[in-house]
Amino acid sequence: MTKKLVINRKYLPLIVTIGLFAFAFLMGSVLYPGFLSLQVFLNLFIDNAFLCVAAVGMTFVILSGGIDLSVGSIIALTTMLSAYLLEVAGWSPAIVIPTVLLTGVLFGCGMGCLIHFFKIQPFIITLAGMFLARGLCYVISIQTITITNEFYRQVSQYRIPLPGGNFISINVIIFIVVVAVGIYLAHYTRFGRAVYAIGGNEQSAVLMGLPVGRTKVLIYTLNGFCSALAGIVFTFYMLSGYGLHANGMEMDTIASVVIGGTLLTGGVGYVFGTMFGVLIQGVIQTLIMFQGTLSSWWTKIAVGILLFLFIMLQRVFTSERSERGGAVGKPYGIKKGLEAK
Amino acid sequence: MKPLLEMKGICKTFPGVKALSNVNFRLYRGEVHGLMGENGAGKSTLIKVLTGVYKLDEGEILLDGIRVEATSPQHAQMMGISTVYQEINLCPNLTVAENIFIGREPMKHGRIDWKEMNKRAELVLGRLNIYIDVTRLLSTYSIAVQQMVAIARAVDISAKVLILDEPTSSLDAAETEQLFKVMRKLKSEGYAIIFVTHFLDQVYEISDRITILRNGELVGEYKTESLPKVELIAKMIGKELAELDYLPGEKKSACGGKERRLLLSARGVGRRGTIAPFDLDIYEGEILGLAGLLGSGRTETARLLFGADRADEGEVELEGKKMSSMTPRSAIGHRIAFCPEDRKEEGIIGDLTVRENIILALQARKGWFRYIGRKEQEEIADKFIKALNISTPGSEQLVKNLSGGNQQKVILARWLATDPKILILDEPTRGIDIGAKAEIQKIILSLCKAGLGILFISSEMDEVLRCSHRIAVLRDRVKIAELTGDEMDEQVIMHTIARGHTS
Amino acid sequence: MISHHSILRRVKNSRIAWTLLILALVLLFNLVFTKGFFHIEIKDGHLFGSLIDILNRAAPTMLLAIGMTFVIATGGVDLSVGAVVAISGALAASMVGGKLVLKGDVQEYISIYPMWLAIAAALLVSLASGIWNGLLVSRAKIQPMVATLILMVAGRGVAQLITNGQIITIYYKSYHYIGTGYLLGLPFTVFIVGLVLLVAWLLARKTAIGLFVESVGGNRTASRLAGINSANVILSVYTFCGFCAGIAGLIVSSNVKSADGNNAGLWSELDAILAVVIGGTSFTGGRFYLMGSVVGALIIQSLTTTIYSVGVPPEINLVVKAIVVFIVSLLQSESFRKTVFGNPAGKGRVSA
Repeated sequence: MTKKLVINRKYLPLIVTIGLFAFAFLMGSVLYPGFLSLQVFLNLFIDNAFLCVAAVGMTFVILSGGIDLSVGSIIALTTMLSAYLLEVAGWSPAIVIPTVLLTGVLFGCGMGCLIHFFKIQPFIITLAGMFLARGLCYVISIQTITITNEFYRQVSQYRIPLPGGNFISINVIIFIVVVAVGIYLAHYTRFGRAVYAIGGNEQSAVLMGLPVGRTKVLIYTLNGFCSALAGIVFTFYMLSGYGLHANGMEMDTIASVVIGGTLLTGGVGYVFGTMFGVLIQGVIQTLIMFQGTLSSWWTKIAVGILLFLFIMLQRVFTSERSERGGAVGKPYGIKKGLEAK
Repeated sequence: MKPLLEMKGICKTFPGVKALSNVNFRLYRGEVHGLMGENGAGKSTLIKVLTGVYKLDEGEILLDGIRVEATSPQHAQMMGISTVYQEINLCPNLTVAENIFIGREPMKHGRIDWKEMNKRAELVLGRLNIYIDVTRLLSTYSIAVQQMVAIARAVDISAKVLILDEPTSSLDAAETEQLFKVMRKLKSEGYAIIFVTHFLDQVYEISDRITILRNGELVGEYKTESLPKVELIAKMIGKELAELDYLPGEKKSACGGKERRLLLSARGVGRRGTIAPFDLDIYEGEILGLAGLLGSGRTETARLLFGADRADEGEVELEGKKMSSMTPRSAIGHRIAFCPEDRKEEGIIGDLTVRENIILALQARKGWFRYIGRKEQEEIADKFIKALNISTPGSEQLVKNLSGGNQQKVILARWLATDPKILILDEPTRGIDIGAKAEIQKIILSLCKAGLGILFISSEMDEVLRCSHRIAVLRDRVKIAELTGDEMDEQVIMHTIARGHTS
Repeated sequence: MISHHSILRRVKNSRIAWTLLILALVLLFNLVFTKGFFHIEIKDGHLFGSLIDILNRAAPTMLLAIGMTFVIATGGVDLSVGAVVAISGALAASMVGGKLVLKGDVQEYISIYPMWLAIAAALLVSLASGIWNGLLVSRAKIQPMVATLILMVAGRGVAQLITNGQIITIYYKSYHYIGTGYLLGLPFTVFIVGLVLLVAWLLARKTAIGLFVESVGGNRTASRLAGINSANVILSVYTFCGFCAGIAGLIVSSNVKSADGNNAGLWSELDAILAVVIGGTSFTGGRFYLMGSVVGALIIQSLTTTIYSVGVPPEINLVVKAIVVFIVSLLQSESFRKTVFGNPAGKGRVSA
């Protein structure tokens, strides 16, 4: 009996997140005709693919106890760089895509190195990274650059048909692949477990001989990759490069991760949860769209309220957990020996 | 038989400090070797040199006759030398099995094989006769169990040397016994264990040989059974025991007024899960000592009296007035002062100056708007620097740069500056060298003479006996006795604890 | 006898010296490259010139930085100040607006509600925002970054709600005085900032509040055991920060003569944090430097103005800011200093 309870507790935030999503979707179905359709559900994936890709990367960062404020800016830089290389420099997509991915990787790696080797707070370094990336955007071009490249246009418009007359876009495939890879990395690789360890207690991780430095740099590098990939997805979606793209998206990403059940202090959380955090934001937007009269800024308020509720929930969850079951909290007069089987 | 591990002529210097000077150390297979020494002896430096945290300046290390030098803890682990530290250095958010195998999880087809990992974890723990659910998070287990997991990990990785650095500091008697059982089992399997500790009884119970360090030098290596306790202490301190016994005569006669005022009276104060309801009286001009083994609830008692923790039941009367509930601020308002056990985490504000640390509590009592002017602050600080003989270049020195003993004095100064009536001292001499220890004890006695009521907690029985007028004895979170006069004797205390009677 | 060497050492170690040095460098750059940068003349009865301009434009950031200094000193951060700027401006603007009425033969704008009421309301709401954040951090014990993130996200929605999604233009002339008026030849904003700075300094150094803030930021547990009401200290710093953001919101909306829920104060929290960090206060809390934060805000504004003057596209500002952050944080990093400048002798204790 005890075993079951403990496992449940571990997954509680995740269950609540999924439950909330289901509840929201259900509410929409009840209130609005046409809501309960597979296409509406699939649109959540189509419209939020870029957010999810970025959020998966951010999950790893936050799991390790860090933060990355540069996500939105790297997405913008990716769109701008792609647009420039495609339209102005005339490069082919086959070269452009790897190039922008590499840019994201280098960016992330650079920040990770500064954070680890010089022990500077991630908040500050990624803040600078945010300024730098967006600044570089404008250096490339102040105006929007529209993408007319044939490949991109095809990908953007391509509809993968599904039974029942529904469809998804290529971005959704990327969405699903990224989430799957994310889950694999988090739970089935040594890298992923090291991330959790660092988030749980970094000093212990060092003393246990884990490659903390390497892992930390890799985390930010991975996030840079995810941001760039999200940028590519965004480029397919918007077909343009513009300095103001994804403005403020880092906050949406962080919100998704938090609502998804990951603790901002690190060490606890699931990639799967983040996916639902993203979907919940999508559902709220869809609900508001269906409502018709409410303006989009209600989304912000709703997300804010949700964040608040989830954070309070996380607070309750973490304070209930006994602090290492140690000295204080032991019943007096009763010696707690080791449990025998 | 050749030693498994030999450290010869180890020297290690830091800027301004010679931490280790020509130290030798030998370790044989199948033995538990106690490493002892007072603060600053070099115990932890020696361990850190062995495990690659520090690079040695001179000397050599031979493992199985081959010269080795660890470049990092990870490297040392690979060579077969593992350490389990005092603060459990594991990750509470991971499962038991994961903690044992992280960094070397069994893989199958490129993925972590969780089933295999759990199975192996159970096996490893089983070898130590520990049977627990390895899929539960580490944080759901007590510190004692967590320590076993840490040992299991160390033992699984390393095949040769296991270093236990102060492992029993947070364990109660039963848990310590459990740990010793595990150590004996490992011993029988041929492991060599270095047991770093300051608990005399334990080192006599479990170790085969003892190495003593003092001030970075080797005092000697001895067979435990041939080394009397008294001699051990003498060698560790480097002084004659008699020097420490100056206090008893002084104490009994001083502070002895017959008309002692009752300053604090606690009746039935307790907190669920922390400490059983207790009665306690503190009188003016008297030192009440709290004796008991580690984990018996002494700090918890003190914290309840000061209001650092909230009591569930019971009542406290201060000079006859009932207190509805105690918080640090109300306690301070009633002239109670509290020097906490963990001075680093709960005492000093490292980045503030000596002056600021000293006037802090006084200022806190005065509130936000009755600011103590800079000049007055400096006067107060200088007064106490002089009175307590705090060694510092000046009152503007940052407290984190002072030595442990001087930091302790700063905390004491902070509380004395509030002119308290009751002073609660929790381990005021822990981690302090013998000279500073004696100084602080003298100060405490003179305070008592001046009329303060003092509650004195120390895990060193000698100290408690030396300084107290009365002693309350605790065991397993229950106050079981109060001793006065001739009853205040080491043997009586030990027996009282052993009997476990309430008196 | 105070030796030459030790004065130099004290200046070198003094945080504010470094900050002033950076400001001096920026101004020096302008002296060389910008014609007429230091030129100040009297026009229309008040001082006029690039330097005055910098002071004026930096006012909102300076206010935010002053409030943010205390918050960061306690080891926290307030990401919501930008949103509070927007809310404050939105509320004041909607209440003042500007109704066109006929007074005799002249058309005049009057405010919908009395201006003092509008200002009071805006400040009250900002105070409330600060209290909200403060309660979340001090009572509910939520991590500051998370707690203030909520208002940061929701706050702009609230601002939009107040303005009904429109950009409200403020026609009422008296309101413009706040951001664009002059007093004794200097911009009125300078006086506002000066007053707030004075109040902040008095609270910090002439009462125990400064000591308590530094103590709580240094070691919250020890502070509590020493008898400091840590929770209230934390509550007050966030409240004060919100209040400063409210004032900044009034200035901003007055400056642009409108309230834009979406763009007012956008990213200003980051500029504020940047100013505080440049000013010498460590991001992890403890000692704080009010003057440093103010100078930091001036540096940021000077950079912006310099970029305008030199003729570089203003968006490059972001890249420059990034470089400044990198440099400052590297300089503040002990590991970096050790790598580049070598280890200072005999510092710190060694445990054996």
